Amino acid sequence: MAHVATAPVEVEPDLVAEEVVLPAVPWVTVVWNDPVNLMSYVTYVFQSYFGYSKKKANKLMLEVHNDGKSAVSTGSREEMERDVQAMHGYGLWATIEKAD
Amino acid sequence: MGAFVKQRRGGQIVATFAAYEADLIRSLTSQVVELLEDGQPTRTTASEDPLAALFDFAEPVREPEDPVLLRLLPNAYLDDEEAAAEFRRFTESTLRDAKVSSARSLLDSLQAAGLTDPVQDPNAVIDVQLDQPGALAWLKALNDIRLALATRLGIEEGEEAFWENLPEDDPRFVTYQLYGWLAYLQETLVASLG
Repeated sequence: MAHVATAPVEVEPDLVAEEVVLPAVPWVTVVWNDPVNLMSYVTYVFQSYFGYSKKKANKLMLEVHNDGKSAVSTGSREEMERDVQAMHGYGLWATIEKAD
Repeated sequence: MGAFVKQRRGGQIVATFAAYEADLIRSLTSQVVELLEDGQPTRTTASEDPLAALFDFAEPVREPEDPVLLRLLPNAYLDDEEAAAEFRRFTESTLRDAKVSSARSLLDSLQAAGLTDPVQDPNAVIDVQLDQPGALAWLKALNDIRLALATRLGIEEGEEAFWENLPEDDPRFVTYQLYGWLAYLQETLVASLG
């Protein structure tokens, strides 16, 4: 997990430590299966946009294909919105979810 | 039938089409452009209210009613309508512009390859040459066309057998053949980029 920013000295008095130290990566980009996108194309998108290895991209593509969906990236909400928009640009159907 | 290959010399990605094939691709691409530009949500223009136009505090953009547009510009949140509308409000026009830009790049490369409008000789040879960005634009544009065709045809997961065995006199037969051809073309393009 990424480092957590040091809490400022003057926090709200009613905040306890657990509320201040939020998980650093609480959102995921989920790509959904559809009958149109080619398997080779989906793998290509995961490789070229996320910079994943062919092996990893292929594994994620197979998850989408076989399980109906796959969480393909994790990060802040802003980062995931960027990834989802990029996936839509490629014609893949992607959504943003809170990480479990 | 056109297929993309990567040239060993120079690394350009090339495909040879008959003019009537290139014309089909042009026509479908133009329809996608038209759909993306026509269905543009109404926005406040600067002449109406300069300040409102500047900040664009209009209603959150609603999801498109046309199922093809909804497939091209899908919801980013499944169970949160408000977040989906907010996302749409801030990103949809950028996404539309990006898709139109890929489509226009495809159209430009067909014109550069000598495709006339209207087509003079349907069997004239159209050699399309693409650099890396051009190939990526084609990939995205072909994919958008396929998404549009599949949505109009109503293709769902797990129905391959039905579509593969469609009788030739079915009104959807020709469109499905075209859809299959574009899948093949896109497959060769992915392979030539890989």
